[in-house]
Amino acid sequence: MPHQLLWLIFLLPLFSFIIISFVLRPFFNDKPQLGGYTTIAAIGGSFVISVFALFAVMANEGHALPVPDIEWVLIEGGLSIHLGLLVDSLTAVMLIVVTLVSLMVQIYSQGYMHGDPGYHRYFAFMSLFTASMLGLVLADNLVFMFVFWEGVGLCSYLLIGFWFHKPSAANAAKKAFIVTRLGDFGFLAGILALYFNTGTFDIAELHHLAITGAISGTILTWVAIGIFSGAVGKSAQFPLHVWLPDAMEGPTPVSALIHAATMVAAGVFLVARTFPLFAHSMEAMTTVAIIGGFTAIFAASIGLVMTDIKRVLAYSTISQLGYMMLGLGTGGVAIGIFHLFNHAFFKALLFLGAGSVNHATGTFDMRQMGGLRKVMPWTYATFVIASLSLAGVWPLAGFWSKDEILASSLESQPILFYLALITVFMTAFYMFRAIFMTFGGEYRGGAPEAHGHPHESPPVMVVPMVILAVLSVVSGFWNVGGQFDAFMGHGGGHGPGFFTVLTHPLPLLSLMVAILGIVLAYAVYSAKWLSAEKLRGMFGPLHTMLARKYWFDELYEDVFVRTSMLNGFFAGLQQFDTNVVDGTVNGVADGTIAGGRAVRQIQTGQLQLYGLFIGIGILAIILSVLFLG
Amino acid sequence: MLVGLEHYLILSTILFAIGLYGALSKRNAIVILMSIEIMLVAVSIALVAFSRYIVPLALTGQVFVIFIMVVAAAEAAVGLAIIIAIYRGYETIDATKINLMKW
Repeated sequence: MPHQLLWLIFLLPLFSFIIISFVLRPFFNDKPQLGGYTTIAAIGGSFVISVFALFAVMANEGHALPVPDIEWVLIEGGLSIHLGLLVDSLTAVMLIVVTLVSLMVQIYSQGYMHGDPGYHRYFAFMSLFTASMLGLVLADNLVFMFVFWEGVGLCSYLLIGFWFHKPSAANAAKKAFIVTRLGDFGFLAGILALYFNTGTFDIAELHHLAITGAISGTILTWVAIGIFSGAVGKSAQFPLHVWLPDAMEGPTPVSALIHAATMVAAGVFLVARTFPLFAHSMEAMTTVAIIGGFTAIFAASIGLVMTDIKRVLAYSTISQLGYMMLGLGTGGVAIGIFHLFNHAFFKALLFLGAGSVNHATGTFDMRQMGGLRKVMPWTYATFVIASLSLAGVWPLAGFWSKDEILASSLESQPILFYLALITVFMTAFYMFRAIFMTFGGEYRGGAPEAHGHPHESPPVMVVPMVILAVLSVVSGFWNVGGQFDAFMGHGGGHGPGFFTVLTHPLPLLSLMVAILGIVLAYAVYSAKWLSAEKLRGMFGPLHTMLARKYWFDELYEDVFVRTSMLNGFFAGLQQFDTNVVDGTVNGVADGTIAGGRAVRQIQTGQLQLYGLFIGIGILAIILSVLFLG
Repeated sequence: MLVGLEHYLILSTILFAIGLYGALSKRNAIVILMSIEIMLVAVSIALVAFSRYIVPLALTGQVFVIFIMVVAAAEAAVGLAIIIAIYRGYETIDATKINLMKW
């Protein structure tokens, strides 16, 4: 396929952003639906090209498609940065994920955002968000990638703070931006360290250098850790996970996009993209695996007690991203990315479902919902499918990818395997707890200001959910025969097999654990064999700890922000500013004034005195000429 | 004693020194003005003397002196007028007390 088309993949949404911002918003503000149509058309176009790109890469046996570079920055003496695209199997898979999920979310947004005064702005940002993510995925060098990396961060800031008139949304946007920025610092440092050691930003060249061992040892480890810290920020891994739950303040379709296909996927993608750098450093791989495994169980445990449906999903996302990191750190690109691929569909669907529920009840608090399965059959069905998939129930998508991660972690990090297995149980439990609280039992009234009875969402919202539900079932089948692994250049193409997989002990064990979680959730929240209140009483301190999210917000707020930053570092900076910087400026001024005050004493204004000095001067000149000259 | 150029120049120097001393040391503005006149006269003497002894047939120095006299008369008139104006404002002609422009 012509390479110009590949450029169009991310240029189309970018054009859409420009058209909406500079044409539709100023001149056609009375026709908001135009913005939505433009976005859908652009991203639909990108999706179609992405599908062709996927087939082209498949025909090319997973190797990168040839795309000529464009010179971007050229500085005399060596620094040269090219603009180029790297379209290999990893990119092709990501393109499908991003464009498809984004397309579904945009269609859904037509219904969800209907009547919002910021409709044009919303779609403009969504276009830019998708364009940034596609650019990030396509970029062939780290500088080019970093530009889009920051673009993704910016758009998430704009979209989380979309309802900026709410202080909580504005704060959440700032938090997301600042926390991810901490990680970006490491990423940038890693890029620069790489450049000073290798003299190139090009990803393919860096792969080659890492594989041939031209960069290795401590340098490689530190570079990999630096890049990973960027991924930790964007993918909300421990300890930079705190921004993601707060990011729920944005419109729900934005959450769906952030959690499934764009923002958080960027971190996992980054590690996958630069994977050879990690693969040749044992320490870096171990770090990725440990952070991932720990984040998985850590976030899942918080998800157990959340009462806001979007927060349950948010912690679930953090936990699943931890799984992906664990998969990358123990298995490789194929395993981590396969989970990302499957996760994108069911997590986007879960968020769209949560948005649909919110549309009906006006709240996200599950304690005010209940009984919605009767009035919202489509939402209920799709939500259950996505939850089963997320919980890892055979034969849905989540089962296949989660199983591979468990298998690879058992091989290289047995301790993390047990953590991951417990996480499987927690995942199943909190998802079905959410389902039983939201859809089971009787309706508990919704938000106090909710209007009338809850009702099913309009077709424009339901159809994308159904499409995503189908994908959540079938996307895992790609690797049943090992085709996905082979496509990603991993393994020899022998897959688990559709039915034979259940004859192996490990998949069976994880399936049993997941079903156990579902049963327990049923026992507590639907059948009420066990009272939730009694359980809470039994685990009082534990429950408090989880409900307060291990006090991480408080820890960061008090210890880092207030004590170290505001009262320590910033106060010190302020002292420096007032005393040293201002002191220098004021000192120069004061010194000049004092000098002037001293010197002006001889400016008496007495002409006679001046005349005397002139006379003495002339006399001195004459005498010196007479006696010395 | 034959009176020569040196004697005129010495007289001129003495007069100039007296004028300069008066102009620098006196407080009374009129005395300062008078001292300046003395300095002008000293210079005039020097000019006439040079002219007489160096180019006896030409009258260049004498012509200059005529000009100096004219200008000095005009200057004295202007200076006195300024002093009168100052006196009306300050009721003094002490040069050290006229210090409105001083820091």
